[in-house]
Amino acid sequence: MADDAQQREAQSAARATVDTVARRSYGKLVAFLAARTRDVAAAEDALSEAFASALSDWPANGCPENPEGWLLTTARRKNIDAMRAANREEIATAQIRIISEGLEAAAAESEIPDERLALLFACAHPAIDASVRAPLMLQVVLGLDAVAIASAFLVSPSTMGQRLVRAKNKIRLAEIPFRIPGRDELRERVDVVLDAIYAAFAQGWTDPASTDAARRDLAFEAIFLCRLVTELLPNEPEALGLLALMLYAESRSRARRSEQGGYIPLEQQNLALWDCAQIEEAENLLFRASKSGLVGRYQLEASLQSAHVERRKTGRKNWEAVVELYEALYLLSRSPVVAINRAVAIAELRGASEGLEALREIENEPRLAQYQPYWAARADLLARNGQIAESAGAYELAIGLERDAAVRQFLQGRLALLKVQKI
Amino acid sequence: MQYLLLLYAEEAGWGKLSKEQQQQGVSAYGAYTEALKKAGVLAGANRLQPVSTATTLKITDGKSQVLDGPYLESKEQLGGYYLIDVPDLDAALSWAARCPGASHGTVEVRPVWAM
Repeated sequence: MADDAQQREAQSAARATVDTVARRSYGKLVAFLAARTRDVAAAEDALSEAFASALSDWPANGCPENPEGWLLTTARRKNIDAMRAANREEIATAQIRIISEGLEAAAAESEIPDERLALLFACAHPAIDASVRAPLMLQVVLGLDAVAIASAFLVSPSTMGQRLVRAKNKIRLAEIPFRIPGRDELRERVDVVLDAIYAAFAQGWTDPASTDAARRDLAFEAIFLCRLVTELLPNEPEALGLLALMLYAESRSRARRSEQGGYIPLEQQNLALWDCAQIEEAENLLFRASKSGLVGRYQLEASLQSAHVERRKTGRKNWEAVVELYEALYLLSRSPVVAINRAVAIAELRGASEGLEALREIENEPRLAQYQPYWAARADLLARNGQIAESAGAYELAIGLERDAAVRQFLQGRLALLKVQKI
Repeated sequence: MQYLLLLYAEEAGWGKLSKEQQQQGVSAYGAYTEALKKAGVLAGANRLQPVSTATTLKITDGKSQVLDGPYLESKEQLGGYYLIDVPDLDAALSWAARCPGASHGTVEVRPVWAM
């Protein structure tokens, strides 16, 4: 009986250690193995077998002093076995030599060199389809499974699985390099990595009610990835800007829904529910980024968040500054989404009819026909301009296009109010 | 490519809503249908009467058997459908996500067998 209890204890201790190492080192171990063979899938397989071995070995023989090194050595052996089994002898011999190089030394040292940045650059390589870059990073660097990623990105699990497999094959067969790009192309390539991180964050952000655990975690994982990039590339202003932007958004996550799950717009949120520590960190990051003198999209978007926070905290209208920031962002991105926000800010500063005038510049943009925020903004400005019937039509469309039930209800409430005013 | 969006929900849930909530629900579906039309992807749609009105029929050994009730008893019932014409599954899924039925029930997305 006592033995049973002891065994159970050893098992749970081993499991806890495995979980901790997986959390901290998964991406590092995949990066280290894959950087030498370019075979990401094989590295993942070898590593998951190594984790399974740990679960059976550690309870019996005790947790090793250097768990990362143990896992790396085991994974390497599994990797070599798999290559031999696949009967790719001549490739195997060459690759085994590569894997072995430096591995002995690495496993002996307590710290395995961190090559996650090179892995991130491989995942967000321009040769990889843009839609799969964020999912690929989430899987390869953080170890998220395809099912969780698929549900967050509104894609069927089998489709997501196929896309990930194809991307990994492409890395291997097209020989996409695992390296940090040189100074001449670094800026452009960092932007691609940051865009993929932001895409992951946005997927997490669209589940404000936190009903879907996979999606909520995605916002958290995106912040983790961006923090990693800022640690590995401390002088990259746009990485600092993106981290600030995500922290500003995250700081309001508890305030954007009522206790009943109703949608609360920024201007009506309870400031006591904002996370001050996250806001302060974001302000500091933004300040650090500004010292570089290189302005980019994410710094501008973070500056806008900072302006919104300041307005709500001090009560001082700062729409002039907000409009200027949107102007700059629009010049940089030419994004119709930015144009919508710019029009809303112009309406605050100079009245609804000027806001509508600004919206007119983009009304022929085909992507907006099915974009809920465009119709909601239009409906609001039309109502404020006294065009009640047109406003009601725009609200109807916005309601029909919205996927979040709470926002849909909020819009229906606005529409109901509009109809009462009309009578 | 055509996809059928099958809307499953607990029928009893509807009766538990207040008059106002029911109105809100109906108008949400109306707005969604309009949005599908405006996007030019709607190929057909209908709301079904409750399963208590269902009758099933099958022919065994040349004899037809008619039964009162649905084919399958389940917690959530088929309450309606949308037939949409979109380029691929991702597009179909993004429309399914906007369907009010995805918030209060389950939407099954099935590609139509192209003849």
